[in-house]
Amino acid sequence: MSGYWAGILTILAINIIFAYGIFLPVATGQLNLGGAGFQAIGAYGAAFLSASFALPVPVTIGVGMLVAGITGYLIAFPLLRTRGVYLVLATFAFAEVVAGLILNSDTFGGAMGLSVPAFIDWHVAVIAAAVVTVFVFYLMSTRFGLTMRAAHDDEVVTDLMGVNVRGVQVAGFAIGGALAGLAGGLYAHSFNFVEIQSFNALVSIYVLLYVLLGGTQTAWGPLAGATFFTLLPEALRTVLPALKSSIYWFAGVEGPVAAPDDSWRFVILGALTIAMMVLRPEGLITRTLVERISFRRSNTDKGALA
Amino acid sequence: MLLIQQLLNGVMLGSVYVTVAVAFTLTIGVLNFLNFTIPTLFMLAGMIGWALAYWGLPFGLSGPLSWPMALFFGVVVSILASLVVERFTFRYLKTKYGDSTEHAIPLVSSLGFLLVLENLVRIGYGTDAQRFPGPSHDLTMNIGGIFVRIPQLVSLFLVVLIVVGLTWLLKRSRIGRGLRAIAENPDAANILGVDTRRVVPIVFMLTGLLCGLAGALFAVNYGEVSPQMGEDIGTKAIAGMVVGGLGSIWGAVLGGLIVGLIEMLTIHFFGADTVQVAVWGLLLLTLFVRPQGLFGHNSIGKGKL
Repeated sequence: MSGYWAGILTILAINIIFAYGIFLPVATGQLNLGGAGFQAIGAYGAAFLSASFALPVPVTIGVGMLVAGITGYLIAFPLLRTRGVYLVLATFAFAEVVAGLILNSDTFGGAMGLSVPAFIDWHVAVIAAAVVTVFVFYLMSTRFGLTMRAAHDDEVVTDLMGVNVRGVQVAGFAIGGALAGLAGGLYAHSFNFVEIQSFNALVSIYVLLYVLLGGTQTAWGPLAGATFFTLLPEALRTVLPALKSSIYWFAGVEGPVAAPDDSWRFVILGALTIAMMVLRPEGLITRTLVERISFRRSNTDKGALA
Repeated sequence: MLLIQQLLNGVMLGSVYVTVAVAFTLTIGVLNFLNFTIPTLFMLAGMIGWALAYWGLPFGLSGPLSWPMALFFGVVVSILASLVVERFTFRYLKTKYGDSTEHAIPLVSSLGFLLVLENLVRIGYGTDAQRFPGPSHDLTMNIGGIFVRIPQLVSLFLVVLIVVGLTWLLKRSRIGRGLRAIAENPDAANILGVDTRRVVPIVFMLTGLLCGLAGALFAVNYGEVSPQMGEDIGTKAIAGMVVGGLGSIWGAVLGGLIVGLIEMLTIHFFGADTVQVAVWGLLLLTLFVRPQGLFGHNSIGKGKL
């Protein structure tokens, strides 16, 4: 396999794990706009242990994941005191504070970043992504997953049914934080370098958009969203120049055509976001769609379960 | 003396934050909508203003003083962009099947607009910071060792004027009454004869106007524009708004000034790298200890967005 495809597969695997990390809080109805903070904790935890103590990779990633998970657990209590727009702002502020603290700490290299000696092959990230995917699918099929879905659909009714909604939401943040930390640890070891600029606010926005566009009702959503938006830029890399040169050819422009700007892919991501929110705000993959595809619901009994 | 200069700089920087924070607080207070396009609208006015000043205005409008005209068009563009945002974000609120993240739809679309507009500007004008021409003379006054730039004084005055005008609009005018009714309860306002589809775009026009003016003032005062200029200002304006209390205009004014002062004081005492921690730490603390902020009401943003 060429280095190009290995690189893409690694990014894809990391993004899928990261998306699941954000999906779990969102699946309990809590928007998490602080994904980059959790990912940074995992990445810097792994990078620091690997660079300073030369610990083996499973230990560094494991500890990074654990620290991110514990942070998620601890931060969930004050976070969940806030609701709605305050929660979005608080998670956003959390990520900024994490970035600011790392930027000011000499232990973590400050603005210089940290280089990570131990390297992992793309297999590791892909296997980890597969395990995480299976884990989240399993989680969503358990009774705990059912309570998550219930809290997502209607918090008050779920509470009245005797479910500990707050506990479910805290668990969502904790497990989600751990998964985002895992994504960060894999990132650190796959690219052998971490700098805080790679964990900025835009990263949090992108990953939340992956999840929301994919759909928050089933575990298929983040998988579809992350896969689509990771592969889209790669597809555009070949499609856009061809499109541009054919337009130029139609317009009768001669000579070599410069490659279109790299920013177009973000324009497309943004435009798709707006279009999706207008046309299908539940996300690409909904519970109904999954049931139809798996023949558990026919087209005629509309509304029976909805 | 240096400290006094820094305090003054803090107030000047704070006045930019104030204008943007008022725009944020207006959309949240009236529509319960955290509008993430606001930083982009701010940037749009500055960048379009720069582009027009650099390449000349259309219709032969470039005279000897082309930059104020260019900035005026920049503000117009940001108002128009804000209306486009309204058309595609706020009008679509409902999911087909109920969903507790339904309230986040406008917020998510506004994130989409943030990406689209910012990257279109990047494609059009490049990612580099550009020098804004601005007034050709050095308009710095020296009052007893303290340096005051006249454009900054003018913009401070403008900001005060805007805020007072906006308060008057909300408190006294018919439009303001409609807006406050929508803020209270959109459905009831509709029944009582407030034409929501006419009044809501006014909020977005005001948002575009505020952000556009802030962007124009920023371009003149600091002499530099870039496609990224909105990110930093926008996030700090959010911090200011939260500190002051969501939905309160005077809260946003005070919060914006506090953030500006804290930024300058942290730079003075601890260096530039600690600003982020100080500002966002203050925001987190406010959210956890006193979520309603200094002046905010308990009700706003509590349930749905």
